[in-house]
Amino acid sequence: MARITVRGVSEIRGPIIIIEGVTGIRMGEYLEVNLPNKPSRKGRVLAIEEERVIILLYQGTYELEKDEIETEFFGRTMQLFVAEDMIGRVFNSQGEPLDGLPSIYSDEYRDINGSPINPTSRIYPRDYIETGISSIDSMNTLVRGQKLPIFTGAGLPNNLLIGQIVKQARIAGAEGADKFAIVFGAMGLTMDDYIYFQRLFEETGTLNKVVMFSNLASDSAAERLITPRVALTTAEYLAFDKGYHVLVILSDITNYCQALREISVALETVPSRKGFPGYMYSDLASIYERAGIIEDSKGSITLLANLTMPNDDITHPIADLTGYITEGQIILDRSMHNRGIYPPIDVLGSLSRLMKDGIGEGYTRKDHPSLSNQLYASYAEGLDKRRLAEVIGKKELNRRDQILYEFADKFEDNFVNQGDNYRSIVDSLNLGWSLLSNLPETELTKVSEDLILEHIKNKGADSD
Amino acid sequence: MPHSAKERARIVTIKGSTVEVRGLSSYRMGEITYVGEEKLIGEIIEIERNFATVQVYEPLEGLKINDPVYPTGKSLSAELGPGLLSNIFDGIQRPLEQIKKILSSSFIQRGIHINALDRYKNWLFEPNKDLTKGHLVKGGDVLGSVQETETIKSNIIVPPNTNGELLSIQEKGEFKITDPIVELKGSDKEKKELTLMHEWPVRVARPFLKKLPVSEPLVTGQRIIDMFFPITKGGTAAIPGGFGTGKTILQHQLSKWSNADVVIYIGCGERGNEMTDVLREFPKLVDPHTQNPLMDRTLLIANVSNMPVAAREASIYMGITMAEFYRDQGFNVLLTADSTSRWAEALREIAGQLEEMPVEEGYPAYLGARLANFYERAGQVVTIGSPYREGSINITAAISPPGGDFSEPVTANTKRFVKTFWGLDSNLANRKHFPSIDWLNSYSGYIKVIEEWALEANLEDWGRYRQEMFTILQKDDELQHIAELIGSKALPADEQLIILVADIIKEGFLQQNAFDKIDSFCPIEKQMKMMKLMLLFYNRAEVLIKNGCPISLIIGLKTVQILKRMKEDVQNDNIIQMNKIEDYIHTDMEELGSKYGYKV
Repeated sequence: MARITVRGVSEIRGPIIIIEGVTGIRMGEYLEVNLPNKPSRKGRVLAIEEERVIILLYQGTYELEKDEIETEFFGRTMQLFVAEDMIGRVFNSQGEPLDGLPSIYSDEYRDINGSPINPTSRIYPRDYIETGISSIDSMNTLVRGQKLPIFTGAGLPNNLLIGQIVKQARIAGAEGADKFAIVFGAMGLTMDDYIYFQRLFEETGTLNKVVMFSNLASDSAAERLITPRVALTTAEYLAFDKGYHVLVILSDITNYCQALREISVALETVPSRKGFPGYMYSDLASIYERAGIIEDSKGSITLLANLTMPNDDITHPIADLTGYITEGQIILDRSMHNRGIYPPIDVLGSLSRLMKDGIGEGYTRKDHPSLSNQLYASYAEGLDKRRLAEVIGKKELNRRDQILYEFADKFEDNFVNQGDNYRSIVDSLNLGWSLLSNLPETELTKVSEDLILEHIKNKGADSD
Repeated sequence: MPHSAKERARIVTIKGSTVEVRGLSSYRMGEITYVGEEKLIGEIIEIERNFATVQVYEPLEGLKINDPVYPTGKSLSAELGPGLLSNIFDGIQRPLEQIKKILSSSFIQRGIHINALDRYKNWLFEPNKDLTKGHLVKGGDVLGSVQETETIKSNIIVPPNTNGELLSIQEKGEFKITDPIVELKGSDKEKKELTLMHEWPVRVARPFLKKLPVSEPLVTGQRIIDMFFPITKGGTAAIPGGFGTGKTILQHQLSKWSNADVVIYIGCGERGNEMTDVLREFPKLVDPHTQNPLMDRTLLIANVSNMPVAAREASIYMGITMAEFYRDQGFNVLLTADSTSRWAEALREIAGQLEEMPVEEGYPAYLGARLANFYERAGQVVTIGSPYREGSINITAAISPPGGDFSEPVTANTKRFVKTFWGLDSNLANRKHFPSIDWLNSYSGYIKVIEEWALEANLEDWGRYRQEMFTILQKDDELQHIAELIGSKALPADEQLIILVADIIKEGFLQQNAFDKIDSFCPIEKQMKMMKLMLLFYNRAEVLIKNGCPISLIIGLKTVQILKRMKEDVQNDNIIQMNKIEDYIHTDMEELGSKYGYKV
């Protein structure tokens, strides 16, 4: 398609430039602004009003000179060259190498915005991923093809948790471990966090399996809007064209949403909650929904996203809208963290929506569904008793309440608090049973008598 | 006014999901307009002088100023006829299976023009024997029938607003959906051909003869709904709840087990995997009322969250129009929409692009009016046409309030128009109490109607049981507040009994496991018997307590566990087994009574 070049702009405002008196420009078109003696900046056409073209520049407008700049329109949307060679490499948000190695040359390129997956083409995700973490594997089982955010707060060890998952994750029945890749999208990450992840990949020996796209905190906010899209475009290619099981890690969604707000304000869109644009739900969906498994393809995209809740507020629009799109969430809890429990996973608030179909007979183990229900219920009740004891004192609790109170403590200390260690799913489930054996049988209403017989009575009362 | 061929309309602005066009001598609100060389489908939603704004149902990337625009003279319409059921459509009624075949891709690209109904499939048409040449027919009259699926025999009806003298009708035989089956002479003396299908503009409610007061329940097999907050056929209900409270699973449960004839499930701006889950699961499930696969009576609309937002706005109208079509054939239709918040957000997004003045939280001022329009299309009606038929539409709509806060505009406005409110509570959900319908702030406006129905259906105890259980739960709520302060041990024995029984009710009755083979659907008879047994336990234990029996002995009774587990232990086809549980209760209580030296 023919390129169009225009000299000069009529308005510059934040990351937005407006060009007038030009025709033949396409909606969503990719463009570059060429500057004398400087690298060119890239942008996208956001709207066209007659002969006024409104453009977002990903690297901002600082030092642009109104009449001097030359804008080159490419006649197509932004594309990314994709290749298997990308694995093991580091790029910026535009797919340009940051590791000193040459650019990717490929015949294959993709529109970074992707297209929605036809629901009739999706394969419903059912194969569980063993993370080696009890409170995830037994209580909030992760499934291949799932999209799951980690709701965290400032200062909580979410990166440590992701590190542990990367280190330990095993996919049940995975055919050929070499067909595994990680795509990492760093969005507004601080240098410290960035280095942490780099180290992590080095230490876990996964560096040669990672494609990194990096947009650091000091990089432009506008550019942050394309980081997850570039990452997911790469993931789609690897998963659906090349048959890789891809784990996409996006960090941090909150930075992404802040950037989205910044741009929407510059565009004078009507704000909804907390100044975030009304289209934030659709925008986030266009990222998260790209995870999954499709017919006629061996690969899969599983998406883990860090999301730092501003002020630990789970009702904040970023966490809230995300929770409505993703298939559950892992919530980290500050009070557990303060008590030295790691990983400090809030088991009751966390949720894996795809768990129900990925566990049980033929998947994990027959007793898994009812065991996890029972652990939930008893732990929830134990927490109630803890609150009660805060008011009336532990001694005032009746016998039953005391037992539940102690159960909650044991559950947190022994089950949730496992440190940076691997625990197989079988070990996790058995540990669950041994905790339940501390409860009187009348409390075990969620598990059948057969299971009680098999896992408690025939094992002897004190197996822990 | 028809557009002349010479006129050439073109795009002048492109913004979000709308384009502004110029160049036609006149525009009609709601007119379907094809945009750009690819003929993307759009609809005129605003006219200002010689400009019109078109909302486009597909992404706009790549469009240019001056690209051509083609008005069609038609409104956004649904194709109505056999072949809708067991199918899955997008927000503007394009069949997703066909899209997959045409594109031979797992992804949806834009610019596809495809009919909703298969033009090549043959249907066995059986004419209505009462019709003969010369007969005067009018809108809604039954021309014959087609076995659409194993479960549903569809009536082929004269489209509303059509009438005339019957010139000919085909004999029994196989026809494609566009083959003429009837010839009419209209009042204007012109000949008209009718086929197995017709079209209807989705934003216009289909006519009916009259609305009837609702009279019988929609049995859902979900205990807290059927017994506590029932809904009638033709009734409306809202299901608001924060994320993770189980809105979607509840919607799936209603679609699976309700005794509606036809179920229309609209996935409006929700997860792709959830639609896949329905597609995967429903064909395998058996309808408890007909024993046929559930998919036979189900129709899905999927506008998943990353599909174009304008099509999300349209999907709700597509769904309700198809529901009216089956209602007009004489069926009871259940329409579930998940979620109307996403639809309202689509309205908000488009209103923002039109630079309309926002009111609450950025929503346009007409949010309430649009919601009213939608919910008012539910109801039980006498259809137009002969023979006499009654049909109904239920609407159960999920709402996703931001932060789970029910005071937000979509929940607040919806409450004005629905009669039943199933409020989902995240505290209940966190402790895996599902369905997480909060019994303290939910309500049903159909209690009186169902009471009358229950009397006729020999369920005369229903109202009393319900009230007694409610009273226990209410008292329990008050006592819980006190117990939180002083501990339940310090409460008098009769109050501890209430807490115990409330616990049995919550765990054994209100909680229902959607993934348990037995518990997923609970027949009315079993529900009633469960209530009866729990209340029997309470009443007998109350007497014991009055006579000084220690509460700990009652708490320790084996029957407590049996009552909590009978929902999963008692087979739905073997409810007689529950008589044994009744005997246990009597035995247990009498044993305790004799031990303490008094008769109960």
